[in-house]
Order: sequence, then C-alpha cells, then structure tokens
Amino acid sequence: MNITLSITKNIHNWLFSIMPEGIASIAEMVLIAVVYLAIFAVAGLYLVLLERKVAAWFQLRIGPNRVGYWGLLQTMADALKLVSKELTGTVKADKFLYNLAPYFVIVTALMALAVFPFTQEFQAFDINIGVLFLLAISSIGVIGILLGGWSSNNKFALIGAMRSGVQTISYELSVGLSILTMVLISGSLQLSEIVEVQKNGWLIVQGHIPAVIAFMIFMIAGTAETNRAPFDLVEAESELGAGFHTEYSGMKFAYFFLAEFINMFIIAAIGTTLFFGGWLSPFGITESIPWLGVFWFVGKTLILVFLMMWFRWTFPRLRIDQLLTLEWKYLLPLNLLNIVLMALIVWLNLTIQF
Amino acid sequence: MSYFGNIYRGIKTLLTGMSVTGKYFLTSRKGAITQQYPDNRDTLKMFDRFRGEVVMPHDEVNEHRCTGCQKCEIACPNGSIEIIWDRQVDPETGKKKKMIDQHIYHLGMCTMCGLCIEACPTDAIKWAQNFENSVYDRSYLTKVLNKPGSKVKAGIED
Ligand code: SF4
Ligand code: SF4
Repeated sequence: MNITLSITKNIHNWLFSIMPEGIASIAEMVLIAVVYLAIFAVAGLYLVLLERKVAAWFQLRIGPNRVGYWGLLQTMADALKLVSKELTGTVKADKFLYNLAPYFVIVTALMALAVFPFTQEFQAFDINIGVLFLLAISSIGVIGILLGGWSSNNKFALIGAMRSGVQTISYELSVGLSILTMVLISGSLQLSEIVEVQKNGWLIVQGHIPAVIAFMIFMIAGTAETNRAPFDLVEAESELGAGFHTEYSGMKFAYFFLAEFINMFIIAAIGTTLFFGGWLSPFGITESIPWLGVFWFVGKTLILVFLMMWFRWTFPRLRIDQLLTLEWKYLLPLNLLNIVLMALIVWLNLTIQF
Repeated sequence: MSYFGNIYRGIKTLLTGMSVTGKYFLTSRKGAITQQYPDNRDTLKMFDRFRGEVVMPHDEVNEHRCTGCQKCEIACPNGSIEIIWDRQVDPETGKKKKMIDQHIYHLGMCTMCGLCIEACPTDAIKWAQNFENSVYDRSYLTKVLNKPGSKVKAGIED
C-alpha cells in the first residue's frame, strides 16, 4: 500500500509494533478518520457560530450570546437539539435515495479534507494528483443534492436541486480552470508540492496579474460552488422554502447544513493552499517551528471564510439567467484568456521570485 | 468596449457595496441596535414612532379632547373602536349636545394601522409607547379610553 499516512510518526510506529502490518494500517486509517471526523464536526459547528456572529455584526446586531460565555455553546446546543429531533419524511418519497442523499454530501465534504496539508507532515493523504482529487470529490457532492431534491417528492426541493445542478456544473468549470491556471505556475498537482513551490513567494505574488485574476474568479466560482449567497438560489428561502433540503429534518438536515459549512472551509482551504502559501508563514518568520503552520493555515483559511461571509451579507441573490450570464459570458472567457496569459508569463519567466 | 466596461463597473459597484457593509461591520460593536430586553427592562425606552396602543390623554382636571364625533369608529377598518354616546344637556349653555359615554377600544383586534388617529379632527387620541401588553385573559384587552368622570375640554368643538 503506497498511501503515505504521515500524521504522527510515533503513533504509526507504535501501532506497527503491536500489530501485524495489515491490521495496523487499517487501524491507523480508522484512527485518523475518527480524529478528522471529530475535529471537523466541531469545527463545522463553530463555523456556523462564526457565521452567525459575523452576520450579526454586519447587521448591527449582537448575535447569539446566551448559551455559554459569549454564546460559545449555542451551536452545540443546536446540534444536540437536532440529534434529538424526529426524522420525518414525505409519504411517497423514494426512501432509499432519500436516506442516502445526506451521506453523499457529508462524506464527500469530509473526504476532500483528507488531502490538505495543514502543516509540514500533517496531512492524511498526500496523493500526487491532489488537486484533481479535490475537484473530482467536490463534484460528487452535487449528486447528493440532486438525489435529495429528487427523492423527497416535493416540488420546491426538485426545483432547488435542478438549480443546484445547473449552477454547480457551470461553476465547476470556472473553479477547475482557475485552479488550472495556478497549476501552470506551480507545475504540480500534489498539494504538498504546491506548498513547497511557494517557499520562494506565495503564488499570488509569483504569478502577479494572472494570479490575482485567477484568485478573483476562484473566489466567485467557489462561493457559487458552495451554494451560498449571492448564489443561493438552490435554497432561496423566499422562493423555495429551504430548497433541496425542505423535507429533511433532524440529523439529516444537520448533515446538509454541516456539509455546507465544511465545503466553505474547503473552498477557503484550496484558496489558501493554491494562492497564499498554505501553511507557510509570511516571509518565513516562523519557519523554525513547523507546528505553527497549522496556525497560519487556519488563520489564512478563516480570512478567506470571512471574505465569503462578507459576500453573503452584502450582495443580493442573482437570478438564474444572471447566474448563467456571469459564468458563460464573463468568467469563462476571462478564465481562458487568463490561462493564456499565465502560460506566457511562465514561459517568458516573468514570475516574481524571492 | 462595453464588455470590459461592464466588468469594470461590476467590480466597482461590488466593491462599493462591500465597503459599505465593511464599515458597518467595523462600527457594529459601538452601535448595535439589539435591545437585550428583559435585562434592560428598567431603562428601555421605545422610539417616539413606536405604536404600542391607542390612548386618550387627559389633562390635570380630567378633561379630554374627544367630542364623540365617531370619525375614528368609522375609520377603523376592523371595528376595534366602539363609541357609546348620548345627547345630554350642556350645563353651561343649557343646550342639548352629543357627548361620549364610553370610548371603547379593543386592543386585541387593533392592527396598529393608525387610521383612527389620522381621522380624529381634535387629536383626542394618540399612540402610546408601552409594549408589555400581554395579559392572561383577552377580556382585559378591551379598554375604555376615557377615564370615569372625565369630560370634554371646553372650546374644542368650536
Ligand atoms: S389603529 Fe387602526 S385598527 Fe387600531 S383602532 Fe385605530 S383604526 Fe382601528
Ligand atoms: S377620538 Fe377623535 S375621532 Fe374619535 S370620537 Fe373622539 S374626537 Fe371623534
């Protein structure tokens, strides 16, 4: 098995010393999966809290401040409430697909997290086609949404799901192409390699103009990919109830909800890794302390997450034709031009290296 | 070229919008408009334009300005106001004249539309800013606005 599980060498060695090799590697994978699951379930909940606080500040409100100090336990309480709620469904729903859909969404979201290098050596799955894997995984999520909308036998859910299909398929293209632009300059699809390249300056600096354009396109398309406002026609509350998850309740609803926030984190994390140097500290100030990389990585990611929240609480929702106009008439041609520009810059060696 | 002009304008307006909300975000700690209600119950004061309920102000000598013209009763779209009136002999002039007996106001039916207050020719009724209007029985919501023993202020009808 040539999977590199390189999170902590000690546990690795210890496991292999007490068990035969096959069982040990399986145990290790399970262990890592459980750790990731626990960390990101809690992180997702706190992202929800952050979103609510940030939304409140944008709207001159206070936000949740009753449960726990400063409202810190609010989303925990919400999650507990959701766990204890009854799971309802429609009578003529396609029960199998209906129950399957939330798992599609949450599992793909969690799978995508595996490939991110949080800091040196802290990466569950250092695959050599990491970027491709991310793109592939993130487009499976939409199947969950389509299934959920289709199988719940509700017209709002179906409309929401169809919109989601249109939107994700269109914007997947822009995400892919803007990532491709960055792959041109980094010269690798492996995420740890991409971070390595950025030791001579973050890619957004190295690639200057086309990198900045690519970053803007990536942020727009990424926001659309996660179905957040201003691209939230999928669950447009004022038109569709709750869109594709109208018929879901309790924990299944929570899966969709959590997946949305984890997806937001993923888009921000891709942005961090591809444009802002991943876990590298600015100007290498903490290069000697590798574990601080986690801090830098999470910090940069949260800044990008904040940017997406800023979008959400500023811009009004797009109509479906505006959405498609933006993608096919503006983002896509610009993106193709941008790739040519980036190729020229890499070819003529005009990148800025420190 | 208008294609690139559109892109430029688009980005510019988006950034303008983001700077507006960004400013709000930065100043939000100072000017949050949220009232943490039960905590600040003693100090909470409602805005002047808040519509709590319709009241009829009385002055020190227990006189109000309502002539019993019933315009408010007619103006009210859902019949929240009932006026019980009478023709009585005015003690000063000795003539018979219309006077209110009871100005009955059903707070439970009122939609706070304000039409009665607009309609009143003598400004006899106005908005109060109280907001703790919940009671245990809806019959408490039917109120008589003129105080017992009150009478109309002299000279209002002229
Ligand atoms: S505010 Fe409107 S509903 Fe209420 S009593 Fe006056 S006219 Fe009727
Ligand atoms: S409250 Fe005003 S409108 Fe209503 S009966 Fe009295 S004077 Fe007329």
